[in-house]
Parts: sequence; structure tokens; C-alpha cells
Amino acid sequence: MNFDLTEDQKDILEAVREICEEELAPKADEIDRKGEFPWENVELLARYDLSGIPIPDEYGGLGADFVTWTLVGEEIAKACSTTGAIYGANILCIHPIYVFGTEEQKRKYLVPLAKGEKIGAFGLTEPNAGSDAAGGLASAVKDGDEYILNGTKIFISNGGQAQIYVVTVKTQPGRGARGMSAFIVEKDTPGFTFGKQEEKMCFHALANCELIFQDCRIPAENMLGRENRGFRVAMETLDVGRIGMAVGAVGLAKAALEKAVKYSKERIQFGQRISSFQAIRHKLADMATEVEAAELLMLKAAWLKDQNRPFGRIAAMAKLYSSEMCHRVTDQAVQIHGGYGLMREYTVERYLRESKLFEIVEGTSEIQRSVIAGHVLK
Amino acid sequence: MRIIVSIKQVPDSSEVRFDKETHTMIREGLPSIINPFDENAIEAALQLREEHGGQVIILCMGAPHAEEQLRQAVAMGADQAILLSDRRFALADTLATAYSLSTAIKKIGDYDLLLFGKQAIDGDTAQVGPGVAEMLGLPQITYVRKIQISDSKVIAQRVLEDGYEIVQATLPAVLTVVKEINEPRHASLRGVLKAKKVEISIWKPEDIDADPARIGKNGSPTDVIETFTPEPRGDSQQLSGTPEEIAQALFALLRQQNII
Amino acid sequence: MIYVIEEKCIGCSLCVKACMFGAVKVVDKKAVVDEDICTLCGACVTACKKHGAIVIEKQSREEADLSAYKGLWVFAEQRDGKLMNVALELLGVGRDMADTLNVPLSAVLLCGTDAPAGDGIPQQLIHFGADQVYIIDHPLLREYQTDIYAKALVSLIDRYLPEIILFGATTIGRALAPRVSARLRTGLTADCTGLTIDTERRLLVQTRPAFGGSLMATIVIPNHRPQMATVRPNVMKRLEPQTSRTGKIIEVKDTSLQAEDMCTRILEVIHEADTTVNLQEADIIISGGRGLGKAVNFKLIKELAHAIGGAVGASRATVDAGWIPSYHQVGQTGKTVHPKLYVACGISGAIQHLIGMQTSDIIVAINRDPNAPIFDVATYGIVADLFDIVPALTKAFREKLGKE
Repeated sequence: MNFDLTEDQKDILEAVREICEEELAPKADEIDRKGEFPWENVELLARYDLSGIPIPDEYGGLGADFVTWTLVGEEIAKACSTTGAIYGANILCIHPIYVFGTEEQKRKYLVPLAKGEKIGAFGLTEPNAGSDAAGGLASAVKDGDEYILNGTKIFISNGGQAQIYVVTVKTQPGRGARGMSAFIVEKDTPGFTFGKQEEKMCFHALANCELIFQDCRIPAENMLGRENRGFRVAMETLDVGRIGMAVGAVGLAKAALEKAVKYSKERIQFGQRISSFQAIRHKLADMATEVEAAELLMLKAAWLKDQNRPFGRIAAMAKLYSSEMCHRVTDQAVQIHGGYGLMREYTVERYLRESKLFEIVEGTSEIQRSVIAGHVLK
Repeated sequence: MRIIVSIKQVPDSSEVRFDKETHTMIREGLPSIINPFDENAIEAALQLREEHGGQVIILCMGAPHAEEQLRQAVAMGADQAILLSDRRFALADTLATAYSLSTAIKKIGDYDLLLFGKQAIDGDTAQVGPGVAEMLGLPQITYVRKIQISDSKVIAQRVLEDGYEIVQATLPAVLTVVKEINEPRHASLRGVLKAKKVEISIWKPEDIDADPARIGKNGSPTDVIETFTPEPRGDSQQLSGTPEEIAQALFALLRQQNII
Repeated sequence: MIYVIEEKCIGCSLCVKACMFGAVKVVDKKAVVDEDICTLCGACVTACKKHGAIVIEKQSREEADLSAYKGLWVFAEQRDGKLMNVALELLGVGRDMADTLNVPLSAVLLCGTDAPAGDGIPQQLIHFGADQVYIIDHPLLREYQTDIYAKALVSLIDRYLPEIILFGATTIGRALAPRVSARLRTGLTADCTGLTIDTERRLLVQTRPAFGGSLMATIVIPNHRPQMATVRPNVMKRLEPQTSRTGKIIEVKDTSLQAEDMCTRILEVIHEADTTVNLQEADIIISGGRGLGKAVNFKLIKELAHAIGGAVGASRATVDAGWIPSYHQVGQTGKTVHPKLYVACGISGAIQHLIGMQTSDIIVAINRDPNAPIFDVATYGIVADLFDIVPALTKAFREKLGKE
């Protein structure tokens, strides 16, 4: 069993680390404080070929594997959680188009996404359908060679900023999951508008808003996958998204751990560095162990996906474990900083707030447990 | 446009640690990097290629492991890389280096612009660029912070001690650049993967018809007869008290030593 | 070539530590030198003084007949008809050496004036130590241009055969000298901080910093002439002018100079405001770093600089942040300075900054962080908030020096 990275992966990560440390990390605090969507970071990712890592070269991607996508995502998330979240939300649009798209759809939508010329979003959640993903009311009615979309999606990451959206709607209401279809919708399509940007507890610069469809007409060829088979598109996308969540959570936890380690080496109390006190040492040991374990789950899920083997169970485990781990680690990071941990200037308080996102978004921890139990009890 | 950028592999002095006991820098085991000013030169070349089309060729005289830096340059976007490497090139001073590089450049041929970084951070001489210009009989513009090319002419902003001047020359010409000219890009991931596969040409003196008497130690008029670490500064004196007290104390010390 | 006398080597690794190129290793308790990496700099030989286990043998070369070259020249750099200070400093260090060599000390003046004999500059040069002044006064030499200056200088050198020529390491000197040395295929040493004469071998012995100043090298040019060097401004001392001194003024006509010789053309020269004091010639520099917090706080630095009569310097972080223009930057990728007094305010002292100022005579460091590396090079360290200290200094200096 080989736990090593390939030479290509090592070289890619070295280049990515340089970009993350020099370009993303220095501005991360400011971006969150300002609360403005960081387009310059999105353009940076595109410029350095970070946008379409797992997509083949023929569609404008780098042609690397999904493990590489996660490793790169981890570095991005560690340097700047907002940019990491954008990177993670983007894959939710890229993946379904790559897997379920027709050749034409791939040429038209996947290529600009993979090249980073455009970014994407995924619209599943509705005001009345969160955990109960199949309970959505947004509908699509066929009219000639078009579909008319009506309904609202809520909390959509990259919403309002992304140019390309994959949304799920009911083409046969009343049949639950079996009446759901997926569509590709472009920004500026008449009838497609956005709600206000949500003010959140964390990730202030990340775009999250409602997608509002009012008699929005889109061409029939924008259906992604087959009619009434959209739930499958959603579930597969969520599986990938779970790995993405683990990526963000592990990256964030690593950032918090790094700050905690650094602080404990510098802070002197009672004439000693606090890193010499057992209480602190044990905390750091636990944090480091948890981060390592979460990363392994994340990598295994990505590896299984690259092998084209079922990865849903491990992905759910990775998401569940890394999100709760991240909360624990960021919490302890604040604790280790003592009073300074509460101060904005020291950043770790932001990390703690951000960790909450991972426990909820893209399937709450409770849903993950349900999913895992389903596998365990087969 | 065909642009040749000359780069040098140097030790990474940002990794240098300070020995607090001896007040000197600990230089052992430093990793190697592309000379920072040469990175600016590479970036300038890449930007010119973006604007005018053409090719960017990297040339380096160095030890075999300088190949790493050449691949880095290709990862940034350069088209081709050539390494002059042979024991006979080694131990060259700036004259022999300029000769070796200019002979290689003649071999590459058909160039429009030669770019160098202002100076190497280990040698700090800034002599190789002008030396190459002389040996190739080309106009030189040093300390360049802005380049504009049109109609086979270059118009450059040259930094002076107290301002700058705008200088024009006909191509081909030699320019040495300062760090204000640009912010060097990072390697792109495509570049990184391409750089792993690209073939770096390794040239020896025979490949460029170099005169053995003018390369390496043979071709070096200057001779380093000794190196030594400079005198350490000695311990510092702490000044403390209220700001006013410190100001008075400092004034007295400076006056006593005839500084003011 | 370099080799290790194994019987003398005790495997103490002092040589390994001394080598900055990683060319020496200790294998089985004996030193081993990798000749592919070794640059024959001799640091290991010096480190092994006690045991003498490492030996460098210089290959002897045929001594060329260099006896025809006599005389010590100083390039008298002038801009807009004004003589640069560094030229006078060069005469200062050249005077002793010329006496040791028993040759005249000559200044070389290239200019394009309307007045005869360079308008007072030749007299100035003689008062500051020159025995002779060679002048080429030609309209094409009015403003510095590399090709025409190189041509004029080389023809002078070919005619009069000096054994040594010194230039100031200014933007002009560092553009002109390597062009000339390459044309003459002779040696040039850059940025010298020390110059002496080896009387036995009749050689100029040049000392200069490398690796940003963390290593000093001693260099000679045994077999080529002229021996050329550029010298850092503000390092050598100029002599007191003696108005009674007399000397020879040699006007040289160069009819070969043509406009076509100039391959570059200066379209415009822009002198920038706020640079009235050249950092590299300043005696006092007050420098600001990231500790200032924001651009507007450079006001404090400027006020102190004004009160004390100094120039304003800056760390790279502040320049990159756009708080102050880049020509104030002191450091490895900025300017190297060595004033009498350098006051670092809110500068942590990263290596790249230290490289630019650590040879200053007196360094005062003001920083909140007692562990800041700047205190390693400080003559006087002040661990305090610069926002308290700098205004207090400004106030004290204003009062005592009577400036308002």
C-alpha cells in the first residue's frame, strides 16, 4: 500500500503552495472583513490552471486525478477559506456536467468552467427542502422545445456571481425523487434573478443567495441527464461535494493547527513557552491526530472515486468526521490562544466560526449519519 | 520576437539564518533558486511575448543541478532552455562568463532582445550584462524598469539615483532589469507538468566553438585570493527609560561621536 | 587545484562549516572536496589554518609583460557639469596608492562644455589630489552615453596605458566600466570597499563584499592591464582640498568620436521630486518599516529625517505596500547604504534588509519586539513603541539643533 504522492503531485503541490502562501494567504483576513466576493482570487486560480484539475485536457482541464484536486483544494482552503469554498462549490457544477453532459453541453459549459473563464454553482436546496432534498417544489414544465422554470432555491454558494448553474427541479411533481430533473441555466437568462446576498455568521465574502425562477424559459437541450433522472445527478454531485467539504474542513483545521502550534511556541507564561505544558501538548497531539485521520478519509474517498469504485460511504464518513473534527480543532486553537484567541486580529476566531459551515452545508452531520448507517446496516 | 533571457542559479539567501553568537550568517546547505532579478527578466520576456508573439529562450551557465532552475523558468512559461555546463566553464569571473554566454548566444542566433537581471545576489557585480553587450557589439540599457517595443526599437525607462531617463535603442539590444519592472508570475500547473517533460539542451564548450583560453578559470583575469567573514558588529547597547530620556541619551551619544 | 592531506585531517568539520557552496564533506572522518562544486575560494583553507590539511595550489601562468602600463587613473564622473563626490573620494584613496607605486595620480574627465578646460572641474580635481587631469572635451560627451564614453575612454587607455583605473560604482560607473573592461579583455572588480597595493607584486589588492555583504573577498588582477575597479560611493575618504596644489592639465582631442557611435539615445531625463538627498551619499538615514502600520505614518519618519538632516529610507514591505516610492528602498533588492547613522524604525530586520544597511557606522534600532533580528546589528537598541520614540527624538533634535 503506497501512501506517497506521485512525482507529478509533489511538483504540482509545490507550485500550488507557493501561489497559496504568496498570493492567497496574505489577503485572506481582509477579504473576509471586506465581505466582497474575491474575483481576483478566482482569476488567479484560472491563470495558474487550478480551475479544472480533474477534467481532461480535451475539455480545457489539467487532466489530473481527483486525489490531486483534493490535495490542491486543501492548500487553497488552508491559505484562504473563502477561496477554498468557491473552489469546492465550483466542482458541484463541473462534476455533473462532466458526467452527465452531452458532448455539446460539455463543449459549451464544461470548457469555460475547466479553464476558469467562468465559475459555477449548484442549486438543490429550497426554503422547504434542505435535508429533505427530494421535497423541492421548483418546477419545470415543457412547452414546445423549451422548459419553463418556476421556483426558488436558497443559500446557493457562488449564487449571483457564478455564470453557470446546475439546478434540480420537478418535471413530474408529486413523485418525489423520481420526478426530479436537472438543468443547466445561465446567468442573465430572462426570468432568472437572484435574491439578496445573505449575511452570514461566517464566510462573509462567499456569495450565498436565492435563485429565483419566474417563468424562466430555457432550451430543452439544457436538460442535464435524462428526464426524471435528476435525483441521481444530485446524489452523485453531493457525493463529490462531500469530499469537497472534507477538503475545506481539513484545510481549515490545518490552518488552525498551524497557528496554534506557532502561538504555543512563542507565548511565554510562568517563565516558559506554553508548548512545554502538558495541557497544551496533549491538545496539540489530539488536534494533529484528528487532522491526520480526517485527511486519510478524505484521500481514500478521492482515491476510490479515481478507481471508479463506489465511494459514497467513505465520502459521507470523510465529510462527517472532518467537519466535526474541524469544529473541535478550531475550538481548541482558540482556546490555546487564550484571550488573544477572541481577538479578530489573531484570525483563529474566524476559523472557529467558519468550521460551523462544514457541519451543516451539503448534508448536515445528521444526514451523513443516516447515509452511513444505511451502508453499515445493508 | 525571439528573446533570450540569461539566468543564474544562486543560493536562497532568504533562508539564511543569523548566528546570534558570532553575528554572522549561517550559509551552509542553502537551497538554490533563480536569481530574483533574473525572475523579473523572465517575466518581462513573457509579457513581451504575450504582446508581440514569439519565443522566450532561457540560457544559463552553471552546475548540472542548475537544470532545476531552468525547468522552473519553463514552468513559468518559457519555450526553451539551454544549460551551459562543463567543468571547463567553471570558476569563471565576469569576463569569462560574459564570453561564454555571448558565444552561446551567437550559436542560438537570430534574436531580437537579450534580457538580464540587474545583478546576481551572490556576486553582486552587475557586470555580465554589459560584458555580453560589448562582446556582441550591441547597445545596452541598464537598470530598466519599463520596456516598450515597436518597429524594431526599444524604448526603456532607466532608473537613476535621483529619477529616471527614457532611452531608445534599435534592436537587437541588451537590457538589464530592476525589480520594479514587474511582479514575476508563479509557475502555472500546466507549466509545471510541461517543464518536467521538456528537454533541456546541455551545451559544452565544443558545442559553441568556445575558445578554451577565454572560458572558465583560464579566461578570468580576476583572481580571488582570499575570502573572509567581515568583522562582527559587536554587542548592542540597550537604551531605556521614558521616550524623552531615551531621546536625550541618544542625542548625547551621537553628538559625542560627531555624528551630529 | 585543491586537495586534502589526509594525514593532517582530523575530521573536525570546520572546513565543512566554512564552505558556503557545500563542496566539502567529511567521509569516514576525513575531509573530501567535490571539485565540481568547489570554487577555490579558499575559505576551507583558512578554516583549517591550525592543521593545514587542505591545500590549494595555484596553477602558475605565464607572466605577461605588463611593465608598459604605468599610472593610476580615476574616472572623474561628472553630471550636468557637476563633479560627483565619489570622484573626489577616489582621488583620496588613489593618492596614497599612487605614491606607493611612484606614479602620477591622474583624473580622467570626459565632458562637453562650452567653456575651455571643463569650467573649474580640472582645478578641483587637482586640489583634491590629482597630479594630472586628462580631458576630452567634445560636444558628444556632454551627457553620459555608454558607447561614446567607452570609445573615448578606451582610446585614451590605449594611448596612455594606465595600470589601474578606478570608477565610482554609480549607475554610470556600473554601466561604463564593464563595457570598457570587456573591450580591453581585462579584469574588473565591482563595488570595492577596500583598496591597497601589494608592493611586492605591484598589484592592486581589492576587497569587496559578496553574498550581500555576508562574505568579503580579496581580489587581484595579476596578468591583465589595466586593473579596473568600481568603488562604492561614501566609503573612501576624500582629502582636504589644497588650493595651492598644482598639476598638469592634458587636453586630448579625439576626432574619431561620431554621433553614429552612439547606439542608444536619451529621449528625456526626469529628476524626481522628494529625492533631493541621494540615499547612497547620505550621512544619516532614517528608515521606516512595516511597524509604521500605514502609509500616512511615514510622516513621522520624514519629520525626524528633516529634524536631523537625514534622508528617508524604507523597508521592502513598505514599498511593496505602496506606502513610499521604491527609490527609498534599502535592502538586497533595493539600495545598499552605509551612512554614518542608520535609524531603523519599526523594521524587523529580515536578512534582505540587513544586507542593505549592516555596514552603517552606527545603527539605532527601534522596535516593539525584543526578538526582532534588527537588534543583532544595532549599536543602540530601543525596545519600545516607535510612535512614542520617534516623535520624542524629533522633538529633541529639533530643539537641540535649532531647526523648526
